[in-house]
Amino acid sequence: MGWDTILYEKRNGVATLTLHRPAAYNAFTEMMNKEMIRALKQASRDKEVRAIVITGSGKAFCAGQDLEGVDETTNHAAFLRERYHPMMKELKKTPKPIIAAVQGVAAGAGMSLALGCDFRIVQEQTKFVPAFMHIGLIPDSGFLYVLPRLVGYAKALEIATIGKPITGEEAVELGLATEWIEAAFWEEQVIAFAEQLAALPTTAFGLVKRYMMDGMHMPYDAMLEAEAQAQRIAGLSNEHREGMLAFEEKRKPNFSGSESGGKR
Amino acid sequence: MTDYIQATVDGHIGVIQLNRPEVANALNRQMVDEIVQQLEKFDQDRAIRVIVIKGNHQAFAAGADIEEMIDDTPFSLEQLNQFAVWDRIRLIKKPLLAAVNGYALGGGFELVLHCDLIIAAADAQFGFPEVTLGVMPGAGGTQLLTKMMGRQKALEWIWLGERMPAEVAYQYGIVNRLVAPELVEEETMRLASQLATRAPFAMKLIKEAVDAAFDLRQEGMTVERKNFYLAFSSNDQQEGMQAFMEKRPPSFKGD
Repeated sequence: MGWDTILYEKRNGVATLTLHRPAAYNAFTEMMNKEMIRALKQASRDKEVRAIVITGSGKAFCAGQDLEGVDETTNHAAFLRERYHPMMKELKKTPKPIIAAVQGVAAGAGMSLALGCDFRIVQEQTKFVPAFMHIGLIPDSGFLYVLPRLVGYAKALEIATIGKPITGEEAVELGLATEWIEAAFWEEQVIAFAEQLAALPTTAFGLVKRYMMDGMHMPYDAMLEAEAQAQRIAGLSNEHREGMLAFEEKRKPNFSGSESGGKR
Repeated sequence: MTDYIQATVDGHIGVIQLNRPEVANALNRQMVDEIVQQLEKFDQDRAIRVIVIKGNHQAFAAGADIEEMIDDTPFSLEQLNQFAVWDRIRLIKKPLLAAVNGYALGGGFELVLHCDLIIAAADAQFGFPEVTLGVMPGAGGTQLLTKMMGRQKALEWIWLGERMPAEVAYQYGIVNRLVAPELVEEETMRLASQLATRAPFAMKLIKEAVDAAFDLRQEGMTVERKNFYLAFSSNDQQEGMQAFMEKRPPSFKGD
Protein backbone atom coordinates (compact mmCIF):
# COMPACT_ATOMS: atom_id res chain seq x y z
CA MET A 1 0.00 0.00 0.00
CA GLY A 2 1.42 3.39 -0.99
CA TRP A 3 0.87 6.83 0.46
CA ASP A 4 -1.28 9.66 -0.96
CA THR A 5 -0.89 12.48 1.54
CA ILE A 6 2.36 11.71 3.35
CA LEU A 7 5.86 10.46 2.56
CA TYR A 8 7.43 7.63 4.56
CA GLU A 9 11.20 7.18 4.58
CA LYS A 10 13.45 5.02 6.71
CA ARG A 11 17.20 5.48 7.17
CA ASN A 12 19.70 4.64 9.92
CA GLY A 13 17.05 3.70 12.45
CA VAL A 14 14.99 6.85 11.82
CA ALA A 15 11.58 6.85 10.12
CA THR A 16 10.60 10.22 8.68
CA LEU A 17 6.89 10.92 8.15
CA THR A 18 6.44 13.97 5.95
CA LEU A 19 3.02 15.61 5.68
CA HIS A 20 2.82 16.02 1.94
CA ARG A 21 0.11 18.31 0.66
CA PRO A 22 2.33 21.33 0.08
CA ALA A 23 -0.20 23.17 -2.10
CA ALA A 24 -2.59 23.16 0.89
CA TYR A 25 0.15 23.88 3.46
CA ASN A 26 -0.15 20.22 4.46
CA ALA A 27 -3.59 20.75 5.94
CA PHE A 28 -5.25 17.66 7.37
CA THR A 29 -7.79 15.71 5.38
CA GLU A 30 -9.46 12.52 6.54
CA MET A 31 -7.02 10.56 4.36
CA MET A 32 -4.04 12.27 5.99
CA ASN A 33 -5.30 11.42 9.50
CA LYS A 34 -5.66 7.81 8.40
CA GLU A 35 -2.28 7.64 6.72
CA MET A 36 -0.58 9.15 9.77
CA ILE A 37 -2.10 6.43 11.95
CA ARG A 38 -0.98 3.73 9.53
CA ALA A 39 2.51 5.23 9.29
CA LEU A 40 2.86 5.48 13.07
CA LYS A 41 1.76 1.87 13.47
CA GLN A 42 4.20 0.75 10.80
CA ALA A 43 7.07 2.65 12.44
CA SER A 44 6.11 1.26 15.86
CA ARG A 45 6.12 -2.30 14.62
CA ASP A 46 9.32 -2.01 12.57
CA LYS A 47 12.17 -3.21 14.81
CA GLU A 48 14.73 -1.26 12.76
CA VAL A 49 13.00 2.02 13.52
CA ARG A 50 14.23 3.56 16.79
CA ALA A 51 13.10 7.17 16.34
CA ILE A 52 10.37 8.91 14.33
CA VAL A 53 10.51 12.37 12.75
CA ILE A 54 7.33 14.17 11.70
CA THR A 55 7.79 17.13 9.39
CA GLY A 56 6.08 19.00 6.54
CA SER A 57 6.68 19.37 2.80
CA GLY A 58 7.45 22.85 1.54
CA LYS A 59 6.97 26.01 3.55
CA ALA A 60 4.47 24.89 6.18
CA PHE A 61 4.67 22.19 8.85
CA CYS A 62 0.90 21.80 8.91
CA ALA A 63 -1.92 24.32 8.58
CA GLY A 64 -4.34 22.27 10.70
CA GLN A 65 -7.67 20.97 9.48
CA ASP A 66 -8.36 21.59 5.80
CA LEU A 67 -11.39 23.90 5.98
CA GLU A 68 -12.46 22.74 2.53
CA GLY A 69 -14.07 19.76 4.20
CA VAL A 70 -15.77 21.79 6.92
CA ASP A 71 -19.18 23.47 6.65
CA GLU A 72 -22.20 24.20 8.83
CA THR A 73 -23.21 20.53 8.78
CA THR A 74 -19.90 19.45 10.34
CA ASN A 75 -20.23 17.76 13.73
CA HIS A 76 -16.98 18.84 15.34
CA ALA A 77 -17.13 16.23 18.09
CA ALA A 78 -17.56 13.40 15.59
CA PHE A 79 -14.69 14.86 13.56
CA LEU A 80 -12.39 14.71 16.56
CA ARG A 81 -13.52 11.29 17.78
CA GLU A 82 -13.24 9.67 14.37
CA ARG A 83 -10.25 11.42 12.80
CA TYR A 84 -7.98 13.14 15.29
CA HIS A 85 -8.27 11.14 18.49
CA PRO A 86 -7.07 7.85 17.00
CA MET A 87 -4.05 9.71 15.58
CA MET A 88 -3.23 11.51 18.83
CA LYS A 89 -3.65 8.27 20.82
CA GLU A 90 -1.28 6.52 18.44
CA LEU A 91 1.37 9.21 19.05
CA LYS A 92 1.09 8.65 22.79
CA LYS A 93 1.01 4.87 22.52
CA THR A 94 4.12 4.60 20.37
CA PRO A 95 7.01 3.84 22.75
CA LYS A 96 9.58 5.26 20.34
CA PRO A 97 10.72 8.88 20.47
CA ILE A 98 8.76 11.14 18.12
CA ILE A 99 10.27 14.42 17.01
CA ALA A 100 8.24 17.21 15.40
CA ALA A 101 10.67 18.96 13.06
CA VAL A 102 8.66 22.15 12.73
CA GLN A 103 10.21 23.81 9.68
CA GLY A 104 7.38 26.31 9.12
CA VAL A 105 3.92 27.24 10.31
CA ALA A 106 2.19 24.81 12.67
CA ALA A 107 -1.35 26.13 12.95
CA GLY A 108 -4.43 24.80 14.71
CA ALA A 109 -4.45 21.02 14.68
CA GLY A 110 -0.96 21.23 13.16
CA MET A 111 0.18 22.81 16.42
CA SER A 112 -1.69 20.11 18.38
CA LEU A 113 0.15 17.49 16.35
CA ALA A 114 3.50 19.09 17.24
CA LEU A 115 2.47 19.24 20.92
CA GLY A 116 1.54 15.55 20.83
CA CYS A 117 5.09 14.64 19.79
CA ASP A 118 7.81 14.00 22.37
CA PHE A 119 10.20 16.69 21.12
CA ARG A 120 9.90 19.81 19.01
CA ILE A 121 12.79 21.12 16.90
CA VAL A 122 12.48 24.65 15.51
CA GLN A 123 14.19 27.20 13.27
CA GLU A 124 13.71 30.81 12.14
CA GLN A 125 10.78 29.93 9.84
CA THR A 126 8.94 28.14 12.63
CA LYS A 127 5.69 29.62 13.80
CA PHE A 128 3.20 28.03 16.17
CA VAL A 129 -0.23 29.51 15.55
CA PRO A 130 -2.94 28.51 18.01
CA ALA A 131 -5.55 29.54 15.46
CA PHE A 132 -8.60 27.91 17.03
CA MET A 133 -9.98 30.90 18.96
CA HIS A 134 -9.71 33.08 15.86
CA ILE A 135 -12.55 31.11 14.33
CA GLY A 136 -14.52 30.75 17.54
CA LEU A 137 -13.36 27.23 18.39
CA ILE A 138 -11.32 25.80 21.24
CA PRO A 139 -7.85 24.28 20.90
CA ASP A 140 -8.32 20.51 20.58
CA SER A 141 -6.64 17.18 19.86
CA GLY A 142 -4.92 17.07 23.24
CA PHE A 143 -3.78 20.71 23.13
CA LEU A 144 -5.55 21.61 26.40
CA TYR A 145 -4.06 18.55 28.11
CA VAL A 146 -0.50 18.76 26.93
CA LEU A 147 0.24 22.48 26.82
CA PRO A 148 -0.21 23.27 30.55
CA ARG A 149 1.96 20.24 31.31
CA LEU A 150 4.69 21.62 29.04
CA VAL A 151 4.69 25.32 29.91
CA GLY A 152 2.59 25.69 33.08
CA TYR A 153 -1.04 26.74 33.41
CA ALA A 154 -0.76 30.52 33.20
CA LYS A 155 1.29 30.51 30.00
CA ALA A 156 -0.85 27.76 28.49
CA LEU A 157 -4.02 29.74 29.15
CA GLU A 158 -2.49 32.78 27.50
CA ILE A 159 -1.43 30.80 24.43
CA ALA A 160 -4.74 28.95 24.15
CA THR A 161 -6.93 32.05 24.39
CA ILE A 162 -5.03 35.16 23.30
CA GLY A 163 -3.37 33.04 20.65
CA LYS A 164 -0.42 35.22 19.69
CA PRO A 165 1.80 33.27 17.27
CA ILE A 166 4.97 31.83 18.85
CA THR A 167 8.28 31.97 16.99
CA GLY A 168 10.87 29.22 17.15
CA GLU A 169 13.04 31.28 19.46
CA GLU A 170 10.14 31.96 21.81
CA ALA A 171 9.26 28.27 21.78
CA VAL A 172 12.74 27.38 23.01
CA GLU A 173 12.53 30.03 25.74
CA LEU A 174 9.14 28.68 26.84
CA GLY A 175 10.53 25.18 27.08
CA LEU A 176 8.16 24.14 24.30
CA ALA A 177 10.98 23.28 21.88
CA THR A 178 14.18 21.39 22.57
CA GLU A 179 16.47 22.88 19.98
CA TRP A 180 16.76 25.83 17.58
CA ILE A 181 18.59 25.00 14.38
CA GLU A 182 20.08 27.29 11.76
CA ALA A 183 17.94 26.96 8.62
CA ALA A 184 21.00 26.31 6.44
CA PHE A 185 21.83 23.15 8.42
CA TRP A 186 18.21 22.17 9.08
CA GLU A 187 17.91 18.75 7.49
CA GLU A 188 21.25 17.34 8.58
CA GLN A 189 20.83 18.61 12.13
CA VAL A 190 17.29 17.27 12.45
CA ILE A 191 18.59 13.88 11.38
CA ALA A 192 21.53 14.18 13.77
CA PHE A 193 19.11 14.95 16.61
CA ALA A 194 16.92 11.99 15.64
CA GLU A 195 19.91 9.66 15.37
CA GLN A 196 21.00 10.73 18.82
CA LEU A 197 17.60 9.62 20.12
CA ALA A 198 17.75 6.44 18.05
CA ALA A 199 20.96 5.55 19.88
CA LEU A 200 19.21 5.63 23.29
CA PRO A 201 18.05 2.41 24.94
CA THR A 202 14.54 2.17 23.45
CA THR A 203 13.04 0.09 26.26
CA ALA A 204 14.02 2.68 28.86
CA PHE A 205 12.89 5.54 26.64
CA GLY A 206 9.50 3.91 26.08
CA LEU A 207 9.03 3.45 29.82
CA VAL A 208 9.87 7.09 30.59
CA LYS A 209 7.40 8.16 27.91
CA ARG A 210 4.74 5.76 29.20
CA TYR A 211 4.86 7.00 32.80
CA MET A 212 6.24 10.54 33.14
CA MET A 213 3.41 12.58 31.60
CA ASP A 214 0.78 10.55 33.46
CA GLY A 215 2.81 11.03 36.63
CA MET A 216 1.82 14.69 36.52
CA HIS A 217 -1.66 13.73 37.70
CA MET A 218 -0.86 10.63 39.76
CA PRO A 219 -0.51 10.45 43.53
CA TYR A 220 3.10 10.28 44.69
CA ASP A 221 2.89 6.74 46.05
CA ALA A 222 1.27 5.46 42.85
CA MET A 223 4.03 7.06 40.80
CA LEU A 224 6.71 5.49 43.01
CA GLU A 225 5.10 2.11 42.38
CA ALA A 226 4.98 2.84 38.64
CA GLU A 227 8.69 3.67 38.73
CA ALA A 228 9.43 0.42 40.53
CA GLN A 229 7.61 -1.58 37.87
CA ALA A 230 9.19 0.38 35.02
CA GLN A 231 12.64 -0.13 36.52
CA ARG A 232 11.98 -3.84 36.87
CA ILE A 233 11.17 -3.99 33.15
CA ALA A 234 14.21 -1.90 32.24
CA GLY A 235 16.36 -4.01 34.55
CA LEU A 236 15.38 -7.11 32.59
CA SER A 237 16.20 -5.56 29.20
CA ASN A 238 19.16 -6.52 27.03
CA GLU A 239 19.93 -2.83 26.80
CA HIS A 240 20.53 -2.65 30.55
CA ARG A 241 22.92 -5.61 30.26
CA GLU A 242 24.73 -3.88 27.40
CA GLY A 243 24.91 -0.66 29.43
CA MET A 244 26.44 -2.47 32.42
CA LEU A 245 28.87 -4.39 30.25
CA ALA A 246 30.01 -1.23 28.46
CA PHE A 247 30.50 0.48 31.82
CA GLU A 248 32.70 -2.37 33.05
CA GLU A 249 34.64 -2.46 29.80
CA LYS A 250 34.99 1.33 29.88
CA ARG A 251 33.47 1.77 26.41
CA LYS A 252 30.41 3.47 24.98
CA PRO A 253 27.29 1.27 25.04
CA ASN A 254 25.83 0.17 21.72
CA PHE A 255 22.09 0.04 22.41
CA SER A 256 21.01 -0.20 18.80
CA GLY A 257 22.88 -3.51 18.57
CA SER A 258 20.91 -5.04 21.44
CA GLU A 259 17.39 -6.18 20.85
CA SER A 260 14.86 -3.98 22.56
CA GLY A 261 12.72 -5.70 25.17
CA GLY A 262 9.19 -4.92 26.27
CA LYS A 263 6.02 -6.13 24.67
CA ARG A 264 4.78 -2.90 23.09
CA MET B 1 -4.17 -34.99 29.95
CA THR B 2 -5.74 -31.67 29.12
CA ASP B 3 -6.05 -30.16 25.66
CA TYR B 4 -6.71 -26.52 26.41
CA ILE B 5 -5.07 -25.70 29.73
CA GLN B 6 -1.70 -26.25 31.37
CA ALA B 7 -1.53 -26.74 35.11
CA THR B 8 1.68 -26.16 37.04
CA VAL B 9 2.65 -25.85 40.68
CA ASP B 10 5.00 -23.23 42.04
CA GLY B 11 5.54 -23.74 45.76
CA HIS B 12 2.13 -23.35 47.41
CA ILE B 13 0.63 -21.80 44.29
CA GLY B 14 -1.33 -23.77 41.71
CA VAL B 15 -1.30 -22.13 38.29
CA ILE B 16 -3.73 -22.76 35.44
CA GLN B 17 -2.68 -21.33 32.10
CA LEU B 18 -5.36 -21.07 29.44
CA ASN B 19 -3.79 -22.50 26.35
CA ARG B 20 -5.65 -22.07 23.08
CA PRO B 21 -3.43 -19.33 21.68
CA GLU B 22 -4.54 -19.82 18.06
CA VAL B 23 -8.00 -18.45 18.95
CA ALA B 24 -6.93 -15.95 21.65
CA ASN B 25 -7.93 -18.52 24.32
CA ALA B 26 -11.61 -18.45 23.34
CA LEU B 27 -13.41 -20.70 25.82
CA ASN B 28 -15.11 -23.78 24.47
CA ARG B 29 -17.09 -26.21 26.56
CA GLN B 30 -14.29 -28.72 26.97
CA MET B 31 -11.91 -25.96 28.06
CA VAL B 32 -14.30 -24.80 30.78
CA ASP B 33 -14.61 -28.40 31.96
CA GLU B 34 -10.83 -28.70 32.12
CA ILE B 35 -10.51 -25.46 34.08
CA VAL B 36 -13.14 -26.47 36.62
CA GLN B 37 -11.70 -29.95 37.09
CA GLN B 38 -8.25 -28.50 37.66
CA LEU B 39 -9.59 -25.92 40.10
CA GLU B 40 -11.21 -28.72 42.10
CA LYS B 41 -7.98 -30.71 42.07
CA PHE B 42 -6.03 -27.75 43.40
CA ASP B 43 -8.75 -27.05 45.95
CA GLN B 44 -8.38 -30.61 47.27
CA ASP B 45 -4.58 -30.60 47.19
CA ARG B 46 -3.30 -29.78 50.68
CA ALA B 47 0.01 -28.45 49.34
CA ILE B 48 -1.78 -25.72 47.36
CA ARG B 49 -2.81 -22.58 49.21
CA VAL B 50 -3.55 -20.13 46.39
CA ILE B 51 -4.75 -20.66 42.80
CA VAL B 52 -3.90 -18.45 39.83
CA ILE B 53 -5.59 -18.45 36.41
CA LYS B 54 -3.72 -16.71 33.61
CA GLY B 55 -3.83 -16.38 29.84
CA ASN B 56 -0.97 -15.34 27.60
CA HIS B 57 0.43 -11.95 26.57
CA GLN B 58 -2.19 -11.29 23.88
CA ALA B 59 -5.27 -12.44 25.70
CA PHE B 60 -6.61 -13.81 28.95
CA ALA B 61 -9.56 -15.25 27.05
CA ALA B 62 -11.37 -13.58 24.19
CA GLY B 63 -14.92 -14.81 24.38
CA ALA B 64 -16.52 -18.11 23.54
CA ASP B 65 -16.50 -20.25 20.46
CA ILE B 66 -19.19 -18.68 18.26
CA GLU B 67 -19.01 -21.52 15.79
CA GLU B 68 -19.83 -23.93 18.58
CA MET B 69 -23.11 -22.19 19.43
CA ILE B 70 -24.42 -20.61 16.22
CA ASP B 71 -26.91 -23.43 15.59
CA ASP B 72 -28.00 -23.84 19.20
CA THR B 73 -31.65 -23.48 20.16
CA PRO B 74 -33.30 -22.87 23.55
CA PHE B 75 -34.12 -26.57 23.57
CA SER B 76 -30.58 -27.74 22.78
CA LEU B 77 -29.09 -25.36 25.34
CA GLU B 78 -31.50 -26.42 28.09
CA GLN B 79 -30.65 -30.04 27.35
CA LEU B 80 -26.93 -29.34 27.29
CA ASN B 81 -27.06 -27.29 30.53
CA GLN B 82 -23.58 -26.02 29.73
CA PHE B 83 -23.41 -23.38 32.45
CA ALA B 84 -23.97 -25.79 35.36
CA VAL B 85 -20.24 -26.48 35.45
CA TRP B 86 -19.58 -22.77 36.14
CA ASP B 87 -21.48 -23.03 39.44
CA ARG B 88 -18.70 -25.27 40.71
CA ILE B 89 -16.18 -22.43 40.41
CA ARG B 90 -18.07 -20.61 43.15
CA LEU B 91 -17.57 -23.62 45.41
CA ILE B 92 -13.77 -23.32 45.30
CA LYS B 93 -12.68 -22.40 48.80
CA LYS B 94 -9.10 -21.28 48.26
CA PRO B 95 -8.15 -17.78 47.08
CA LEU B 96 -8.50 -17.64 43.32
CA LEU B 97 -6.51 -15.00 41.44
CA ALA B 98 -6.85 -13.89 37.80
CA ALA B 99 -3.81 -12.50 35.94
CA VAL B 100 -5.14 -10.57 32.96
CA ASN B 101 -3.11 -9.44 30.00
CA GLY B 102 -4.78 -8.28 26.78
CA TYR B 103 -8.43 -9.16 26.28
CA ALA B 104 -10.92 -10.75 28.63
CA LEU B 105 -14.17 -10.76 26.69
CA GLY B 106 -17.52 -12.51 27.07
CA GLY B 107 -16.93 -15.86 28.76
CA GLY B 108 -13.35 -14.76 29.38
CA PHE B 109 -14.59 -11.76 31.37
CA GLU B 110 -17.01 -14.04 33.23
CA LEU B 111 -14.16 -16.33 34.18
CA VAL B 112 -12.24 -13.31 35.48
CA LEU B 113 -15.27 -12.16 37.48
CA HIS B 114 -15.50 -15.62 39.06
CA CYS B 115 -12.04 -15.06 40.56
CA ASP B 116 -11.51 -13.50 44.00
CA LEU B 117 -8.73 -11.04 43.17
CA ILE B 118 -7.95 -9.62 39.74
CA ILE B 119 -4.56 -8.31 38.64
CA ALA B 120 -4.68 -6.65 35.24
CA ALA B 121 -2.30 -5.02 32.78
CA ALA B 122 -2.85 -1.27 32.58
CA ASP B 123 -3.79 -1.78 28.92
CA ALA B 124 -5.98 -4.85 29.41
CA GLN B 125 -9.53 -4.69 28.08
CA PHE B 126 -12.68 -6.30 29.41
CA GLY B 127 -16.11 -6.47 27.90
CA PHE B 128 -19.36 -8.26 27.16
CA PRO B 129 -19.79 -8.09 23.37
CA GLU B 130 -22.67 -10.64 23.43
CA VAL B 131 -25.27 -7.96 22.64
CA THR B 132 -23.52 -7.32 19.33
CA LEU B 133 -24.18 -11.00 18.52
CA GLY B 134 -27.85 -10.66 19.40
CA VAL B 135 -27.49 -12.54 22.70
CA MET B 136 -26.32 -11.85 26.27
CA PRO B 137 -23.87 -13.10 28.88
CA GLY B 138 -24.86 -16.53 30.20
CA ALA B 139 -22.18 -17.61 32.67
CA GLY B 140 -22.93 -15.11 35.42
CA GLY B 141 -21.88 -11.88 33.70
CA THR B 142 -25.08 -9.93 34.35
CA GLN B 143 -25.11 -11.00 37.99
CA LEU B 144 -21.46 -10.55 38.89
CA LEU B 145 -20.87 -7.28 37.05
CA THR B 146 -24.04 -5.74 38.51
CA LYS B 147 -23.00 -6.71 42.03
CA MET B 148 -19.57 -5.21 41.44
CA MET B 149 -20.29 -1.93 39.66
CA GLY B 150 -23.98 -1.26 40.31
CA ARG B 151 -27.07 -1.57 38.14
CA GLN B 152 -26.74 1.61 36.04
CA LYS B 153 -23.14 1.10 35.05
CA ALA B 154 -23.57 -2.64 34.46
CA LEU B 155 -26.48 -1.97 32.11
CA GLU B 156 -24.51 0.61 30.20
CA TRP B 157 -21.57 -1.72 29.62
CA ILE B 158 -23.60 -4.86 28.89
CA TRP B 159 -26.06 -3.00 26.61
CA LEU B 160 -23.38 -1.26 24.59
CA GLY B 161 -21.03 -4.23 24.48
CA GLU B 162 -18.02 -1.93 24.31
CA ARG B 163 -14.52 -2.69 25.55
CA MET B 164 -13.96 -1.62 29.14
CA PRO B 165 -10.43 -0.30 29.72
CA ALA B 166 -8.66 -1.82 32.73
CA GLU B 167 -8.47 1.66 34.26
CA VAL B 168 -12.29 1.82 34.38
CA ALA B 169 -12.54 -1.66 35.86
CA TYR B 170 -10.01 -0.57 38.47
CA GLN B 171 -11.98 2.58 39.33
CA TYR B 172 -15.08 0.46 39.96
CA GLY B 173 -13.21 -1.90 42.22
CA ILE B 174 -13.52 -4.81 39.80
CA VAL B 175 -9.77 -4.99 39.33
CA ASN B 176 -7.60 -5.09 42.46
CA ARG B 177 -4.32 -3.99 40.93
CA LEU B 178 -3.26 -2.38 37.68
CA VAL B 179 0.29 -3.22 36.69
CA ALA B 180 2.65 -2.82 33.74
CA PRO B 181 1.69 -5.31 30.98
CA GLU B 182 5.16 -6.84 31.10
CA LEU B 183 4.81 -7.64 34.82
CA VAL B 184 1.28 -9.06 35.12
CA GLU B 185 2.52 -12.55 35.84
CA GLU B 186 5.29 -11.50 38.18
CA GLU B 187 3.06 -9.15 40.19
CA THR B 188 0.32 -11.78 40.39
CA MET B 189 2.78 -14.34 41.70
CA ARG B 190 4.09 -11.78 44.20
CA LEU B 191 0.57 -11.24 45.54
CA ALA B 192 -0.12 -14.99 45.49
CA SER B 193 3.07 -15.67 47.47
CA GLN B 194 2.02 -13.09 50.03
CA LEU B 195 -1.37 -14.74 50.38
CA ALA B 196 0.31 -18.12 50.68
CA THR B 197 1.86 -16.95 53.96
CA ARG B 198 -1.56 -16.18 55.46
CA ALA B 199 -3.43 -18.80 57.47
CA PRO B 200 -5.04 -21.04 54.82
CA PHE B 201 -8.02 -22.13 56.89
CA ALA B 202 -8.76 -18.57 58.06
CA MET B 203 -8.65 -17.38 54.45
CA LYS B 204 -11.25 -19.96 53.45
CA LEU B 205 -13.50 -18.93 56.31
CA ILE B 206 -13.09 -15.27 55.36
CA LYS B 207 -13.99 -16.00 51.73
CA GLU B 208 -17.15 -17.81 52.80
CA ALA B 209 -18.15 -14.94 55.10
CA VAL B 210 -17.47 -12.26 52.48
CA ASP B 211 -19.45 -14.27 49.92
CA ALA B 212 -22.38 -14.36 52.33
CA ALA B 213 -22.28 -10.54 52.39
CA PHE B 214 -21.94 -10.45 48.59
CA ASP B 215 -25.16 -12.46 48.45
CA LEU B 216 -25.07 -13.62 44.86
CA ARG B 217 -28.46 -15.24 44.23
CA GLN B 218 -28.90 -18.50 42.38
CA GLU B 219 -32.30 -17.16 41.15
CA GLY B 220 -30.46 -14.37 39.34
CA MET B 221 -28.10 -16.84 37.76
CA THR B 222 -31.08 -18.92 36.64
CA VAL B 223 -32.89 -15.93 35.10
CA GLU B 224 -29.73 -15.04 33.21
CA ARG B 225 -29.23 -18.59 32.01
CA LYS B 226 -32.85 -19.04 30.85
CA ASN B 227 -32.79 -15.65 29.10
CA PHE B 228 -29.57 -16.63 27.38
CA TYR B 229 -31.34 -19.75 26.09
CA LEU B 230 -34.38 -17.67 25.10
CA ALA B 231 -32.22 -15.31 23.02
CA PHE B 232 -31.53 -18.30 20.77
CA SER B 233 -35.16 -18.28 19.66
CA SER B 234 -34.69 -14.89 17.98
CA ASN B 235 -33.71 -13.96 14.47
CA ASP B 236 -31.39 -11.35 15.96
CA GLN B 237 -29.24 -14.16 17.37
CA GLN B 238 -28.99 -15.77 13.92
CA GLU B 239 -28.25 -12.42 12.30
CA GLY B 240 -25.74 -11.38 14.99
CA MET B 241 -23.70 -14.56 14.83
CA GLN B 242 -23.97 -14.84 11.05
CA ALA B 243 -22.69 -11.24 10.73
CA PHE B 244 -19.85 -11.99 13.13
CA MET B 245 -18.74 -15.01 11.09
CA GLU B 246 -18.97 -13.00 7.88
CA LYS B 247 -17.12 -10.07 9.51
CA ARG B 248 -19.85 -7.55 8.70
CA PRO B 249 -21.93 -5.29 10.94
CA PRO B 250 -25.21 -6.91 12.04
CA SER B 251 -28.62 -5.48 11.24
CA PHE B 252 -30.99 -6.18 14.14
CA LYS B 253 -34.76 -6.09 13.68
CA GLY B 254 -35.93 -7.12 17.13
CA ASP B 255 -37.59 -10.34 15.94
